[in-house]
Amino acid sequence: MNAALRPAYVRGAGGTSFGRHEGRSALDLMDAAAAQAIESAGLARHEIDGVLCGYATTLPHLMLSTLVCERLALRPRYAHGLQLGGASGAAMLMAARELVRSGRCRNVLVLGGENRLSGQSRDSSIQTLAQVGDADFEVPNGASVPAYYALMASEYMQRTGVTSADLAEFAVLMRANAAGHPDAHLRTPVTLQEVLASKPIASPLSLLDCCPISDGAMALVVSADPAAQGAVVMAGAGQAHRHQHLTAMEDVMQCGAGEAAQQAFEEARLGLGDVDYLGIYDSFTITLVMLLEEIGFAPRAGAAQRARAGDFAPTGPLPLNTHGGLLSFGHCGVAGGLAHTVEAWRQMTGQAGERQIQPPRRAFIHADGGVMSSHVSLILSRED
Amino acid sequence: MNAIDFTSAGPLAAPFTDGQRDGVLRYQQCTACGGAQTLARYACQHCGERGTLHWRDAQGSATVRAVTVVARAPSEAFRALAPYTLVIVQLAEGPRLMGHANPGVRIGDQVQAGFFAHEGRTLVRFAPAS
Repeated sequence: MNAALRPAYVRGAGGTSFGRHEGRSALDLMDAAAAQAIESAGLARHEIDGVLCGYATTLPHLMLSTLVCERLALRPRYAHGLQLGGASGAAMLMAARELVRSGRCRNVLVLGGENRLSGQSRDSSIQTLAQVGDADFEVPNGASVPAYYALMASEYMQRTGVTSADLAEFAVLMRANAAGHPDAHLRTPVTLQEVLASKPIASPLSLLDCCPISDGAMALVVSADPAAQGAVVMAGAGQAHRHQHLTAMEDVMQCGAGEAAQQAFEEARLGLGDVDYLGIYDSFTITLVMLLEEIGFAPRAGAAQRARAGDFAPTGPLPLNTHGGLLSFGHCGVAGGLAHTVEAWRQMTGQAGERQIQPPRRAFIHADGGVMSSHVSLILSRED
Repeated sequence: MNAIDFTSAGPLAAPFTDGQRDGVLRYQQCTACGGAQTLARYACQHCGERGTLHWRDAQGSATVRAVTVVARAPSEAFRALAPYTLVIVQLAEGPRLMGHANPGVRIGDQVQAGFFAHEGRTLVRFAPAS
């Protein structure tokens, strides 16, 4: 007989501002985020018995998780790193939930951070990221991550009728949300016209369709006990991995996001209609549109219409990335993907300050790594 | 060569990379199920058999599935070419392939593979089929 699985709660969260942190190393940033997360969880360091740490492109260490543990004076019974591109954060949270559910750990610190902006040249950063492409078939063509997403966007837009103006709606919304967050990287509001007229990067994507490269760190604590600020249980999770490289993506309409989400909903015994907050990965505007539509939060080619109707605004029925997402809060790799969950937890527990909305009861989180290659869905549910 | 090349499939993809250098596009086909597949793999994506894959020469005709014009090149080597057009095509034999293309090609266009040299490498460029 299997012992019954125990519930796993998000118990604490913390992070640095995103943007330029000149002179601060990946570990400096992770230290700051971890300290905040452990404090908000109401825990002492010796109570952290599990540590999951995401990779840092500026610190390609062989054993990053235990390097972090030594520097942060943590002595967990379980630790390892994890690399799943943009899905690393959500995947670590899912793994932390499993560690708590099985009884292996009581308090797992999930951590990511790096000086991706100031710690290396822009060319170096872009070339490192481009290596998610196939080294023999794709990268030699002079392709970059924006080019991969642009190719995918061209096919999705051709098949569904989504337009550049549709994509731009989400750049405007993310910037408006970030304007309300003191820690966001990009806070100057932009208009639809400014997005459409921004510098071309890889058609159909222009500069404001793309997230910035930032420095920063984020951390969460997943625990067997709920937070003092409110009981937010990790009610469901799912993954799907159908391809690594864009060329091998079989169907742009079914890239794996829907499959991961369905598993999470089935496990949580909830449906799309039960969700009242969205934390969706938004490396590019097209990422957000495709994920919203494949998972089912909008019909095909209908996401922008919902955005225009105000449905995804902080005041709407389905607030989306109220921190500003990767597109405007910023993107420093693993931490960028963790920020969606940090914000969801803060909103659900009434800790979002001036951004606070009616505290959501059920949040759906989704992240993708690579070029819609790896998908992780999470469902957070308030128990009170 | 790229500065970072740690993900190269090396010998696995050599029939493709060697073929491209000689002006031939190659793809993997499974002798067990007959399925043709994209990229280089150790097993057949259709039937799962291992050790049944063989490289075939493609005729080079294809249909454009996706297209972008890259304005912001990722490296100095490609900045000289920018803006350049990249496509994903479906070869007549079935597999998909990323490559360069003539300016102005559109999704659905029938194209034919050609080759050009860039920075010591031979790359494929698709042009409208005549």
